[in-house]
Amino acid sequence: MDAAPHTRTVAELGALLDAGECSSVELTRAFLDRIARHGAALNAFITVTPERALAEAAAADARRKAGERGALLGVPFVHKDIFCTAGVRTTCGSRMLESFVPPYDATVVERLKRAGMVMLAKANMDEFAMGSSNETSFFGPVRNPWDTTKVPGGSSGGSAAAVAARLAPMATGTDTGGSIRQPAALTNLTGLKPTYGAVSRHGMIAFASSLDQAGTLTRTAEDAALVFQAIAGFDPRDSTSVDRAVPDYRAALGAGVKGLRIGVPPEFFDPGLDKRVAQAVRDALDEFSRQGAMVVDVHLPNLAHSVPVYYVVAPAECSSNLARFDGVRFGHRCESPKDLTDLYMRSRGEGFGAEVKRRIMTGTYVLSAGYYDAYYLKAQKVRQLIADDFRRAFERVDVILGPTTPTPAFGLGEKTDDPVTMYLNDIYTIGVNLAGVPAMSLPMGFVDGLPVGMQLIGDYFAEDRLLAVAHAYQQATDWHRRAPEGFA
Amino acid sequence: MSLTPEQVRGIAHLARLRIEAEDEARYAATLSRILDFVAALDRVAVAGVAPMAHPLDALSNDGQRRRPDQATEPDVRAAAQANAPKVEAGLYLVPKVIE
Repeated sequence: MDAAPHTRTVAELGALLDAGECSSVELTRAFLDRIARHGAALNAFITVTPERALAEAAAADARRKAGERGALLGVPFVHKDIFCTAGVRTTCGSRMLESFVPPYDATVVERLKRAGMVMLAKANMDEFAMGSSNETSFFGPVRNPWDTTKVPGGSSGGSAAAVAARLAPMATGTDTGGSIRQPAALTNLTGLKPTYGAVSRHGMIAFASSLDQAGTLTRTAEDAALVFQAIAGFDPRDSTSVDRAVPDYRAALGAGVKGLRIGVPPEFFDPGLDKRVAQAVRDALDEFSRQGAMVVDVHLPNLAHSVPVYYVVAPAECSSNLARFDGVRFGHRCESPKDLTDLYMRSRGEGFGAEVKRRIMTGTYVLSAGYYDAYYLKAQKVRQLIADDFRRAFERVDVILGPTTPTPAFGLGEKTDDPVTMYLNDIYTIGVNLAGVPAMSLPMGFVDGLPVGMQLIGDYFAEDRLLAVAHAYQQATDWHRRAPEGFA
Repeated sequence: MSLTPEQVRGIAHLARLRIEAEDEARYAATLSRILDFVAALDRVAVAGVAPMAHPLDALSNDGQRRRPDQATEPDVRAAAQANAPKVEAGLYLVPKVIE
Protein backbone atom coordinates (compact mmCIF):
# COMPACT_ATOMS: atom_id res chain seq x y z
CA MET A 1 0.00 0.00 0.00
CA ASP A 2 1.25 3.47 -1.01
CA ALA A 3 2.29 5.54 2.02
CA ALA A 4 0.47 8.73 1.05
CA PRO A 5 -2.24 8.05 -1.53
CA HIS A 6 -3.81 11.45 -0.83
CA THR A 7 -0.79 13.14 -2.45
CA ARG A 8 -1.40 11.25 -5.71
CA THR A 9 -3.29 12.38 -8.76
CA VAL A 10 -6.11 10.42 -10.38
CA ALA A 11 -3.68 9.20 -13.07
CA GLU A 12 -1.14 8.08 -10.45
CA LEU A 13 -3.78 6.27 -8.39
CA GLY A 14 -5.04 4.48 -11.50
CA ALA A 15 -1.46 3.37 -12.23
CA LEU A 16 -1.00 2.09 -8.65
CA LEU A 17 -4.20 0.08 -8.97
CA ASP A 18 -3.13 -1.26 -12.37
CA ALA A 19 0.24 -2.33 -10.93
CA GLY A 20 -1.55 -4.15 -8.12
CA GLU A 21 0.26 -2.05 -5.51
CA CYS A 22 -2.93 -1.33 -3.64
CA SER A 23 -6.64 -2.11 -3.81
CA SER A 24 -9.49 0.30 -4.29
CA VAL A 25 -10.80 -0.65 -0.84
CA GLU A 26 -7.46 0.40 0.70
CA LEU A 27 -7.46 3.69 -1.20
CA THR A 28 -11.07 4.36 -0.29
CA ARG A 29 -10.36 3.71 3.42
CA ALA A 30 -7.41 6.11 3.28
CA PHE A 31 -9.51 8.91 1.79
CA LEU A 32 -12.44 8.24 4.13
CA ASP A 33 -9.99 8.56 7.05
CA ARG A 34 -8.83 11.92 5.75
CA ILE A 35 -12.42 13.06 5.30
CA ALA A 36 -13.18 12.02 8.89
CA ARG A 37 -10.16 14.00 10.07
CA HIS A 38 -10.51 17.21 8.02
CA GLY A 39 -13.96 17.30 6.42
CA ALA A 40 -15.82 18.94 9.29
CA ALA A 41 -13.30 21.74 9.84
CA LEU A 42 -13.70 22.80 6.21
CA ASN A 43 -17.44 21.96 6.06
CA ALA A 44 -16.67 20.60 2.59
CA PHE A 45 -19.37 17.93 2.57
CA ILE A 46 -23.12 17.73 2.98
CA THR A 47 -23.33 13.94 2.99
CA VAL A 48 -20.49 11.42 3.39
CA THR A 49 -21.26 7.91 2.10
CA PRO A 50 -18.66 5.53 3.59
CA GLU A 51 -20.62 2.25 3.29
CA ARG A 52 -21.59 2.87 -0.27
CA ALA A 53 -18.01 3.93 -1.08
CA LEU A 54 -16.55 0.72 0.36
CA ALA A 55 -19.10 -1.37 -1.54
CA GLU A 56 -18.26 0.44 -4.79
CA ALA A 57 -14.54 -0.02 -4.06
CA ALA A 58 -15.01 -3.75 -3.50
CA ALA A 59 -16.92 -3.95 -6.77
CA ALA A 60 -14.11 -2.11 -8.57
CA ASP A 61 -11.54 -4.49 -7.09
CA ALA A 62 -13.64 -7.43 -8.32
CA ARG A 63 -13.79 -5.93 -11.82
CA ARG A 64 -10.00 -5.57 -11.86
CA LYS A 65 -9.57 -9.11 -10.60
CA ALA A 66 -11.73 -10.27 -13.50
CA GLY A 67 -9.23 -8.65 -15.86
CA GLU A 68 -10.88 -5.29 -16.48
CA ARG A 69 -8.60 -2.23 -16.72
CA GLY A 70 -9.46 1.46 -16.75
CA ALA A 71 -7.77 4.71 -15.80
CA LEU A 72 -10.58 5.55 -13.38
CA LEU A 73 -11.51 2.04 -12.19
CA GLY A 74 -11.42 2.05 -8.39
CA VAL A 75 -10.30 5.68 -7.98
CA PRO A 76 -12.23 7.58 -5.27
CA PHE A 77 -13.79 11.01 -5.83
CA VAL A 78 -16.52 13.41 -4.68
CA HIS A 79 -19.70 14.61 -6.43
CA LYS A 80 -21.00 18.14 -6.09
CA ASP A 81 -24.38 17.81 -4.37
CA ILE A 82 -26.14 19.13 -7.48
CA PHE A 83 -25.94 15.75 -9.28
CA CYS A 84 -28.82 13.39 -8.58
CA THR A 85 -27.60 10.15 -7.02
CA ALA A 86 -30.18 7.35 -6.82
CA GLY A 87 -30.74 6.42 -3.18
CA VAL A 88 -28.39 9.12 -1.81
CA ARG A 89 -29.95 12.41 -0.77
CA THR A 90 -29.22 15.31 -3.08
CA THR A 91 -29.78 18.72 -1.53
CA CYS A 92 -28.30 21.26 -3.97
CA GLY A 93 -27.23 23.11 -0.81
CA SER A 94 -30.85 24.01 -0.01
CA ARG A 95 -33.33 23.46 2.77
CA MET A 96 -35.84 22.95 -0.05
CA LEU A 97 -34.19 19.60 -0.86
CA GLU A 98 -32.88 18.77 2.62
CA SER A 99 -34.43 15.29 2.52
CA PHE A 100 -34.76 14.72 -1.22
CA VAL A 101 -33.60 11.26 -2.33
CA PRO A 102 -33.53 11.05 -6.13
CA PRO A 103 -35.06 7.98 -7.75
CA TYR A 104 -32.46 8.07 -10.54
CA ASP A 105 -28.80 8.87 -11.32
CA ALA A 106 -27.68 11.89 -13.32
CA THR A 107 -25.95 10.91 -16.56
CA VAL A 108 -22.63 12.19 -15.16
CA VAL A 109 -23.16 9.95 -12.10
CA GLU A 110 -24.08 6.97 -14.25
CA ARG A 111 -21.03 7.41 -16.49
CA LEU A 112 -18.54 7.69 -13.63
CA LYS A 113 -20.12 4.62 -12.02
CA ARG A 114 -19.68 2.74 -15.27
CA ALA A 115 -16.02 3.83 -15.33
CA GLY A 116 -15.72 2.30 -11.85
CA MET A 117 -15.07 5.48 -9.85
CA VAL A 118 -15.86 5.32 -6.14
CA MET A 119 -18.03 8.10 -4.69
CA LEU A 120 -16.90 9.15 -1.20
CA ALA A 121 -19.29 12.01 -0.48
CA LYS A 122 -21.57 14.76 -1.79
CA ALA A 123 -19.84 18.13 -1.64
CA ASN A 124 -21.19 21.33 -0.12
CA MET A 125 -22.09 24.14 -2.54
CA ASP A 126 -23.83 27.49 -2.78
CA GLU A 127 -27.60 27.04 -2.62
CA PHE A 128 -28.81 25.98 -6.09
CA ALA A 129 -25.31 26.98 -7.31
CA MET A 130 -26.13 30.66 -6.79
CA GLY A 131 -23.07 32.21 -5.24
CA SER A 132 -19.37 32.92 -5.67
CA SER A 133 -18.17 32.20 -2.13
CA ASN A 134 -20.02 29.09 -0.94
CA GLU A 135 -21.64 31.23 1.76
CA THR A 136 -25.24 30.81 0.54
CA SER A 137 -25.39 27.08 1.39
CA PHE A 138 -28.15 26.08 3.82
CA PHE A 139 -25.51 23.75 5.31
CA GLY A 140 -23.14 26.59 6.17
CA PRO A 141 -20.11 28.13 4.47
CA VAL A 142 -17.11 26.14 3.27
CA ARG A 143 -13.64 27.23 4.32
CA ASN A 144 -10.61 27.59 2.07
CA PRO A 145 -7.88 25.08 3.05
CA TRP A 146 -5.21 27.68 2.15
CA ASP A 147 -6.57 30.02 4.84
CA THR A 148 -9.65 28.98 6.77
CA THR A 149 -10.71 32.61 7.30
CA LYS A 150 -11.13 32.90 3.50
CA VAL A 151 -13.82 31.65 1.14
CA PRO A 152 -13.02 28.76 -1.23
CA GLY A 153 -15.01 30.42 -4.01
CA GLY A 154 -18.30 29.13 -5.33
CA SER A 155 -20.54 27.70 -6.22
CA SER A 156 -18.48 24.47 -6.34
CA GLY A 157 -16.73 25.47 -3.09
CA GLY A 158 -17.05 22.12 -1.29
CA SER A 159 -15.69 20.31 -4.36
CA ALA A 160 -12.72 22.70 -4.50
CA ALA A 161 -11.96 22.55 -0.77
CA ALA A 162 -12.12 18.74 -0.83
CA VAL A 163 -9.60 18.36 -3.67
CA ALA A 164 -7.34 21.19 -2.47
CA ALA A 165 -7.16 19.63 1.02
CA ARG A 166 -6.37 16.24 -0.53
CA LEU A 167 -9.58 14.68 0.79
CA ALA A 168 -10.26 13.38 -2.72
CA PRO A 169 -8.18 13.43 -5.91
CA MET A 170 -11.06 14.77 -8.00
CA ALA A 171 -14.47 16.34 -7.62
CA THR A 172 -17.20 17.08 -10.09
CA GLY A 173 -18.51 20.62 -10.36
CA THR A 174 -20.86 22.74 -12.40
CA ASP A 175 -20.22 26.13 -13.93
CA THR A 176 -22.99 28.59 -14.83
CA GLY A 177 -20.97 31.81 -14.53
CA GLY A 178 -17.62 30.64 -13.18
CA SER A 179 -18.58 28.10 -10.51
CA ILE A 180 -15.82 25.64 -11.44
CA ARG A 181 -13.09 28.06 -12.59
CA GLN A 182 -13.35 30.62 -9.78
CA PRO A 183 -13.11 28.11 -6.88
CA ALA A 184 -10.34 26.29 -8.79
CA ALA A 185 -8.40 29.57 -8.98
CA LEU A 186 -8.92 30.36 -5.30
CA THR A 187 -7.79 26.90 -4.13
CA ASN A 188 -4.91 26.14 -6.55
CA LEU A 189 -6.72 23.59 -8.68
CA THR A 190 -7.21 22.82 -12.34
CA GLY A 191 -10.85 23.44 -13.28
CA LEU A 192 -12.46 22.55 -16.60
CA LYS A 193 -15.74 24.12 -17.80
CA PRO A 194 -16.50 22.28 -21.04
CA THR A 195 -18.36 23.57 -24.11
CA TYR A 196 -22.11 23.99 -23.58
CA GLY A 197 -23.68 20.71 -24.70
CA ALA A 198 -20.50 18.63 -24.27
CA VAL A 199 -21.59 16.99 -21.01
CA SER A 200 -25.18 15.91 -20.34
CA ARG A 201 -27.22 18.03 -17.94
CA HIS A 202 -29.67 15.19 -17.30
CA GLY A 203 -30.07 14.79 -13.55
CA MET A 204 -28.01 17.91 -12.81
CA ILE A 205 -30.34 20.21 -10.88
CA ALA A 206 -31.03 23.16 -13.17
CA PHE A 207 -30.16 26.76 -12.34
CA ALA A 208 -29.88 28.56 -15.72
CA SER A 209 -30.36 26.01 -18.47
CA SER A 210 -28.72 27.93 -21.32
CA LEU A 211 -25.54 28.40 -19.23
CA ASP A 212 -25.16 25.40 -16.87
CA GLN A 213 -22.42 22.93 -17.73
CA ALA A 214 -20.80 20.10 -15.75
CA GLY A 215 -17.04 19.74 -15.43
CA THR A 216 -14.15 18.77 -13.20
CA LEU A 217 -11.92 20.01 -10.38
CA THR A 218 -8.60 18.18 -10.32
CA ARG A 219 -4.98 18.93 -9.54
CA THR A 220 -3.70 18.40 -13.09
CA ALA A 221 -4.82 18.85 -16.68
CA GLU A 222 -4.07 15.15 -17.23
CA ASP A 223 -6.66 14.22 -14.59
CA ALA A 224 -9.16 16.63 -16.12
CA ALA A 225 -8.63 14.86 -19.48
CA LEU A 226 -9.22 11.43 -17.95
CA VAL A 227 -12.44 12.37 -16.19
CA PHE A 228 -13.78 14.57 -19.00
CA GLN A 229 -13.24 11.62 -21.35
CA ALA A 230 -15.60 9.57 -19.20
CA ILE A 231 -18.38 12.14 -18.81
CA ALA A 232 -18.36 13.79 -22.27
CA GLY A 233 -20.53 12.71 -25.14
CA PHE A 234 -24.05 12.62 -26.47
CA ASP A 235 -26.99 11.80 -24.21
CA PRO A 236 -30.48 11.48 -25.71
CA ARG A 237 -31.95 12.44 -22.31
CA ASP A 238 -30.66 16.02 -22.60
CA SER A 239 -32.16 17.95 -25.52
CA THR A 240 -29.17 20.32 -25.49
CA SER A 241 -26.59 17.53 -25.62
CA VAL A 242 -24.60 17.81 -28.86
CA ASP A 243 -24.20 14.60 -30.89
CA ARG A 244 -20.56 14.64 -31.82
CA ALA A 245 -17.60 12.23 -31.71
CA VAL A 246 -15.51 12.47 -28.52
CA PRO A 247 -11.76 12.61 -29.25
CA ASP A 248 -9.08 10.89 -27.15
CA TYR A 249 -8.22 13.71 -24.73
CA ARG A 250 -5.33 11.95 -23.02
CA ALA A 251 -3.67 11.24 -26.36
CA ALA A 252 -4.00 14.94 -27.25
CA LEU A 253 -2.23 16.12 -24.07
CA GLY A 254 1.25 16.07 -25.60
CA ALA A 255 0.53 18.46 -28.50
CA GLY A 256 2.62 21.27 -26.97
CA VAL A 257 2.30 24.99 -27.66
CA LYS A 258 4.89 25.55 -30.42
CA GLY A 259 3.36 27.97 -32.92
CA LEU A 260 0.23 28.39 -30.81
CA ARG A 261 -1.41 31.82 -31.11
CA ILE A 262 -2.42 33.06 -27.66
CA GLY A 263 -4.80 36.01 -27.60
CA VAL A 264 -4.52 38.37 -24.64
CA PRO A 265 -7.48 40.79 -24.54
CA PRO A 266 -6.73 44.11 -22.82
CA GLU A 267 -10.32 44.02 -21.51
CA PHE A 268 -9.14 41.44 -18.94
CA PHE A 269 -6.69 43.97 -17.49
CA ASP A 270 -9.19 46.46 -16.08
CA PRO A 271 -8.60 48.67 -13.03
CA GLY A 272 -10.28 46.06 -10.78
CA LEU A 273 -7.49 43.55 -11.44
CA ASP A 274 -4.92 43.17 -8.65
CA LYS A 275 -1.55 44.21 -10.14
CA ARG A 276 0.14 41.14 -8.70
CA VAL A 277 -2.42 38.88 -10.40
CA ALA A 278 -1.74 40.76 -13.66
CA GLN A 279 2.00 40.16 -13.18
CA ALA A 280 1.39 36.44 -12.63
CA VAL A 281 -0.50 36.34 -15.96
CA ARG A 282 2.46 38.06 -17.69
CA ASP A 283 4.86 35.54 -16.12
CA ALA A 284 2.71 32.69 -17.44
CA LEU A 285 2.75 34.29 -20.91
CA ASP A 286 6.56 34.41 -20.73
CA GLU A 287 6.59 30.68 -20.04
CA PHE A 288 4.38 30.01 -23.07
CA SER A 289 6.61 32.25 -25.22
CA ARG A 290 9.66 30.29 -24.08
CA GLN A 291 7.89 27.16 -25.28
CA GLY A 292 7.33 28.67 -28.72
CA ALA A 293 3.84 30.20 -28.49
CA MET A 294 3.04 33.61 -29.98
CA VAL A 295 1.20 36.29 -28.07
CA VAL A 296 -1.38 38.10 -30.22
CA ASP A 297 -3.47 41.17 -29.41
CA VAL A 298 -7.14 40.46 -29.55
CA HIS A 299 -10.20 42.35 -28.35
CA LEU A 300 -13.41 41.38 -26.60
CA PRO A 301 -15.06 44.83 -26.72
CA ASN A 302 -18.37 43.72 -25.19
CA LEU A 303 -16.86 41.75 -22.31
CA ALA A 304 -17.64 44.54 -19.85
CA HIS A 305 -21.36 43.96 -20.47
CA SER A 306 -21.19 40.30 -19.53
CA VAL A 307 -21.96 40.67 -15.82
CA PRO A 308 -25.09 42.83 -16.38
CA VAL A 309 -26.27 40.47 -19.17
CA TYR A 310 -25.73 37.49 -16.90
CA TYR A 311 -27.69 39.03 -14.03
CA VAL A 312 -30.69 39.38 -16.33
CA VAL A 313 -30.44 36.06 -18.20
CA ALA A 314 -29.45 33.77 -15.30
CA PRO A 315 -32.13 35.03 -12.85
CA ALA A 316 -34.76 34.88 -15.62
CA GLU A 317 -33.94 31.23 -16.29
CA CYS A 318 -33.65 30.51 -12.56
CA SER A 319 -37.09 31.94 -11.81
CA SER A 320 -38.56 29.58 -14.43
CA ASN A 321 -36.53 26.53 -13.40
CA LEU A 322 -37.20 26.94 -9.69
CA ALA A 323 -40.95 27.27 -10.24
CA ARG A 324 -41.02 23.46 -10.02
CA PHE A 325 -40.41 23.65 -6.26
CA ASP A 326 -44.03 24.01 -5.22
CA GLY A 327 -44.22 21.99 -2.02
CA VAL A 328 -46.52 19.47 -3.72
CA ARG A 329 -44.53 16.79 -5.55
CA PHE A 330 -41.19 16.88 -3.73
CA GLY A 331 -39.12 19.16 -1.56
CA HIS A 332 -39.99 21.20 1.51
CA ARG A 333 -43.63 21.79 2.47
CA CYS A 334 -44.73 24.26 5.15
CA GLU A 335 -46.82 23.18 8.16
CA SER A 336 -50.64 23.37 7.95
CA PRO A 337 -51.15 25.53 4.83
CA LYS A 338 -54.48 27.33 4.86
CA ASP A 339 -54.93 27.21 1.08
CA LEU A 340 -52.96 26.39 -2.06
CA THR A 341 -51.43 29.87 -2.44
CA ASP A 342 -50.34 29.82 1.18
CA LEU A 343 -48.81 26.38 0.60
CA TYR A 344 -46.79 27.66 -2.38
CA MET A 345 -45.71 30.90 -0.74
CA ARG A 346 -44.69 29.57 2.64
CA SER A 347 -43.10 26.36 1.32
CA ARG A 348 -40.95 28.42 -1.06
CA GLY A 349 -40.39 31.21 1.45
CA GLU A 350 -39.09 28.72 4.03
CA GLY A 351 -37.31 26.39 1.60
CA PHE A 352 -35.20 28.98 -0.23
CA GLY A 353 -32.46 31.18 1.25
CA ALA A 354 -32.07 34.93 0.74
CA GLU A 355 -29.83 34.85 -2.36
CA VAL A 356 -32.03 32.33 -4.17
CA LYS A 357 -35.10 34.44 -3.37
CA ARG A 358 -33.31 37.54 -4.62
CA ARG A 359 -32.50 35.86 -7.93
CA ILE A 360 -36.00 34.44 -8.35
CA MET A 361 -37.43 37.92 -7.76
CA THR A 362 -34.93 39.54 -10.14
CA GLY A 363 -35.89 36.99 -12.77
CA THR A 364 -39.60 37.39 -12.13
CA TYR A 365 -39.25 41.16 -12.49
CA VAL A 366 -37.25 41.14 -15.76
CA LEU A 367 -39.70 38.67 -17.30
CA SER A 368 -42.83 40.48 -16.16
CA ALA A 369 -45.20 42.34 -18.48
CA GLY A 370 -43.81 45.73 -19.47
CA TYR A 371 -40.21 44.88 -18.57
CA TYR A 372 -39.50 41.85 -20.75
CA ASP A 373 -38.28 43.84 -23.79
CA ALA A 374 -36.26 46.35 -21.80
CA TYR A 375 -34.42 43.75 -19.74
CA TYR A 376 -34.64 40.19 -21.00
CA LEU A 377 -34.78 40.74 -24.75
CA LYS A 378 -32.14 43.46 -24.53
CA ALA A 379 -29.84 41.19 -22.52
CA GLN A 380 -30.25 38.39 -25.08
CA LYS A 381 -29.18 40.78 -27.84
CA VAL A 382 -26.10 41.92 -25.92
CA ARG A 383 -25.40 38.24 -25.24
CA GLN A 384 -25.19 37.76 -29.01
CA LEU A 385 -22.65 40.61 -29.24
CA ILE A 386 -20.50 38.92 -26.59
CA ALA A 387 -20.68 35.56 -28.42
CA ASP A 388 -19.74 37.38 -31.67
CA ASP A 389 -16.66 38.85 -29.93
CA PHE A 390 -15.44 35.35 -29.10
CA ARG A 391 -16.21 34.08 -32.61
CA ARG A 392 -14.17 36.90 -34.18
CA ALA A 393 -11.32 36.42 -31.70
CA PHE A 394 -11.04 32.71 -32.52
CA GLU A 395 -10.63 33.55 -36.20
CA ARG A 396 -7.25 35.04 -35.20
CA VAL A 397 -6.07 33.04 -32.18
CA ASP A 398 -6.09 29.45 -30.89
CA VAL A 399 -6.69 30.23 -27.22
CA ILE A 400 -7.42 33.31 -25.14
CA LEU A 401 -5.55 33.80 -21.89
CA GLY A 402 -6.22 36.04 -18.90
CA PRO A 403 -6.80 35.95 -15.16
CA THR A 404 -9.60 33.81 -13.70
CA THR A 405 -10.42 36.22 -10.87
CA PRO A 406 -9.47 39.85 -10.11
CA THR A 407 -7.99 38.97 -6.69
CA PRO A 408 -7.05 35.96 -4.56
CA ALA A 409 -9.61 34.52 -2.11
CA PHE A 410 -11.47 37.12 -0.02
CA GLY A 411 -12.55 36.81 3.61
CA LEU A 412 -15.65 34.98 4.81
CA GLY A 413 -18.41 37.57 5.24
CA GLU A 414 -16.46 40.24 3.35
CA LYS A 415 -18.79 40.53 0.33
CA THR A 416 -22.10 39.26 1.64
CA ASP A 417 -23.71 42.69 2.20
CA ASP A 418 -23.77 43.89 -1.39
CA PRO A 419 -24.82 41.38 -4.07
CA VAL A 420 -23.27 43.42 -6.91
CA THR A 421 -19.82 43.41 -5.27
CA MET A 422 -20.11 39.63 -5.02
CA TYR A 423 -21.30 39.31 -8.65
CA LEU A 424 -18.31 41.32 -9.94
CA ASN A 425 -15.99 38.62 -8.68
CA ASP A 426 -17.03 36.61 -11.77
CA ILE A 427 -16.28 39.41 -14.22
CA TYR A 428 -13.70 37.41 -16.22
CA THR A 429 -15.53 34.08 -16.22
CA ILE A 430 -19.15 34.93 -17.11
CA GLY A 431 -18.62 35.84 -20.79
CA VAL A 432 -17.49 32.27 -21.46
CA ASN A 433 -20.82 30.86 -20.25
CA LEU A 434 -22.82 33.40 -22.23
CA ALA A 435 -20.98 32.39 -25.42
CA GLY A 436 -20.97 28.67 -24.51
CA VAL A 437 -17.24 28.18 -25.21
CA PRO A 438 -14.99 25.96 -23.04
CA ALA A 439 -12.45 27.30 -20.53
CA MET A 440 -10.08 26.19 -17.81
CA SER A 441 -8.50 27.70 -14.74
CA LEU A 442 -4.93 26.70 -13.88
CA PRO A 443 -2.70 27.45 -10.89
CA MET A 444 -0.23 30.22 -11.87
CA GLY A 445 1.30 31.44 -8.62
CA PHE A 446 0.57 33.02 -5.26
CA VAL A 447 -0.36 36.48 -3.98
CA ASP A 448 -0.07 37.05 -0.22
CA GLY A 449 0.35 33.29 0.22
CA LEU A 450 -2.94 32.60 -1.56
CA PRO A 451 -3.21 30.85 -4.93
CA VAL A 452 -4.29 32.67 -8.10
CA GLY A 453 -5.40 31.15 -11.40
CA MET A 454 -5.06 31.86 -15.09
CA GLN A 455 -7.97 31.33 -17.38
CA LEU A 456 -7.54 29.62 -20.75
CA ILE A 457 -10.47 29.96 -23.12
CA GLY A 458 -10.94 27.92 -26.29
CA ASP A 459 -13.25 27.81 -29.28
CA TYR A 460 -16.30 25.50 -29.23
CA PHE A 461 -15.24 21.88 -28.57
CA ALA A 462 -11.53 22.79 -28.40
CA GLU A 463 -11.13 21.10 -24.99
CA ASP A 464 -8.39 18.90 -26.46
CA ARG A 465 -6.35 22.03 -27.25
CA LEU A 466 -7.04 23.65 -23.86
CA LEU A 467 -5.98 20.49 -22.06
CA ALA A 468 -2.78 20.27 -24.13
CA VAL A 469 -1.88 23.91 -23.42
CA ALA A 470 -2.57 23.40 -19.71
CA HIS A 471 -0.55 20.19 -19.68
CA ALA A 472 2.41 21.91 -21.39
CA TYR A 473 2.36 24.62 -18.70
CA GLN A 474 2.16 22.06 -15.89
CA GLN A 475 5.13 20.13 -17.31
CA ALA A 476 7.26 23.29 -16.90
CA THR A 477 5.88 24.67 -13.63
CA ASP A 478 5.09 23.28 -10.20
CA TRP A 479 2.42 25.67 -8.90
CA HIS A 480 -0.23 22.95 -9.24
CA ARG A 481 1.80 20.57 -7.05
CA ARG A 482 1.76 22.85 -4.01
CA ALA A 483 -0.45 21.81 -1.13
CA PRO A 484 -1.89 23.95 1.64
CA GLU A 485 -0.10 23.71 4.98
CA GLY A 486 -1.73 21.21 7.27
CA PHE A 487 -3.12 19.23 4.33
CA ALA A 488 0.10 18.21 2.54
CA MET B 1 -34.41 52.64 -10.15
CA SER B 2 -35.70 52.36 -6.64
CA LEU B 3 -38.20 49.63 -5.79
CA THR B 4 -40.63 50.27 -2.95
CA PRO B 5 -41.42 47.62 -0.33
CA GLU B 6 -44.86 47.44 -1.94
CA GLN B 7 -43.34 46.59 -5.34
CA VAL B 8 -41.21 43.93 -3.65
CA ARG B 9 -44.39 42.42 -2.19
CA GLY B 10 -45.90 42.42 -5.68
CA ILE B 11 -42.88 40.68 -7.25
CA ALA B 12 -42.72 38.19 -4.37
CA HIS B 13 -46.39 37.37 -4.91
CA LEU B 14 -45.84 36.80 -8.65
CA ALA B 15 -42.99 34.45 -7.72
CA ARG B 16 -45.11 32.82 -4.98
CA LEU B 17 -42.47 33.61 -2.35
CA ARG B 18 -43.40 34.55 1.19
CA ILE B 19 -41.16 37.43 2.31
CA GLU B 20 -41.21 38.46 5.95
CA ALA B 21 -42.25 42.09 6.49
CA GLU B 22 -38.98 42.91 8.27
CA ASP B 23 -37.01 41.72 5.21
CA GLU B 24 -38.89 43.80 2.62
CA ALA B 25 -36.69 46.90 2.97
CA ARG B 26 -33.51 44.85 2.52
CA TYR B 27 -34.87 43.12 -0.60
CA ALA B 28 -36.03 46.50 -1.94
CA ALA B 29 -32.51 47.91 -1.48
CA THR B 30 -30.60 44.96 -2.95
CA LEU B 31 -33.01 44.42 -5.87
CA SER B 32 -32.84 48.14 -6.69
CA ARG B 33 -29.05 47.91 -6.63
CA ILE B 34 -29.13 44.96 -9.06
CA LEU B 35 -31.57 46.71 -11.41
CA ASP B 36 -29.39 49.85 -11.39
CA PHE B 37 -26.40 47.70 -12.21
CA VAL B 38 -28.04 45.91 -15.14
CA ALA B 39 -29.38 49.25 -16.44
CA ALA B 40 -25.87 49.69 -17.92
CA LEU B 41 -27.26 47.64 -20.81
CA ASP B 42 -29.43 50.62 -21.83
CA ARG B 43 -26.34 52.24 -23.32
CA VAL B 44 -25.42 49.31 -25.60
CA ALA B 45 -26.45 49.69 -29.25
CA VAL B 46 -28.18 46.52 -30.48
CA ALA B 47 -30.06 47.64 -33.60
CA GLY B 48 -30.39 44.69 -35.96
CA VAL B 49 -28.92 42.18 -33.49
CA ALA B 50 -30.90 38.95 -33.10
CA PRO B 51 -31.50 37.85 -29.50
CA MET B 52 -29.46 34.82 -28.40
CA ALA B 53 -31.40 32.40 -26.20
CA HIS B 54 -28.75 29.66 -26.04
CA PRO B 55 -25.42 28.74 -27.70
CA LEU B 56 -26.75 25.75 -29.66
CA ASP B 57 -27.00 27.50 -33.03
CA ALA B 58 -23.24 28.01 -32.94
CA LEU B 59 -22.62 24.42 -31.87
CA SER B 60 -24.59 22.23 -34.19
CA ASN B 61 -26.40 22.46 -37.49
CA ASP B 62 -29.74 21.29 -36.16
CA GLY B 63 -29.95 23.81 -33.27
CA GLN B 64 -32.09 22.35 -30.53
CA ARG B 65 -32.73 18.70 -31.22
CA ARG B 66 -36.23 17.20 -31.24
CA ARG B 67 -37.14 13.60 -30.64
CA PRO B 68 -40.05 11.45 -31.77
CA ASP B 69 -43.05 11.63 -29.44
CA GLN B 70 -42.55 8.16 -28.00
CA ALA B 71 -42.49 6.93 -24.43
CA THR B 72 -38.90 6.11 -23.48
CA GLU B 73 -39.01 6.04 -19.68
CA PRO B 74 -40.58 3.33 -17.51
CA ASP B 75 -43.36 4.17 -15.04
CA VAL B 76 -41.63 5.49 -11.91
CA ARG B 77 -44.65 6.98 -10.16
CA ALA B 78 -44.14 5.09 -6.91
CA ALA B 79 -40.45 6.01 -6.76
CA ALA B 80 -41.21 9.64 -7.56
CA GLN B 81 -43.96 9.84 -4.98
CA ALA B 82 -41.63 8.55 -2.29
CA ASN B 83 -40.33 12.16 -2.19
CA ALA B 84 -43.74 13.81 -1.96
CA PRO B 85 -44.70 15.58 1.27
CA LYS B 86 -48.22 14.12 1.21
CA VAL B 87 -49.68 11.31 -0.91
CA GLU B 88 -52.60 9.00 -0.54
CA ALA B 89 -53.69 6.19 -2.86
CA GLY B 90 -51.16 7.35 -5.44
CA LEU B 91 -52.46 10.93 -5.39
CA TYR B 92 -50.71 14.11 -4.29
CA LEU B 93 -52.63 15.84 -1.52
CA VAL B 94 -53.02 19.63 -1.41
CA PRO B 95 -55.34 21.95 0.52
CA LYS B 96 -58.89 22.13 -0.84
CA VAL B 97 -58.96 24.32 -3.97
CA ILE B 98 -62.71 24.37 -4.77
CA GLU B 99 -65.19 25.06 -1.99
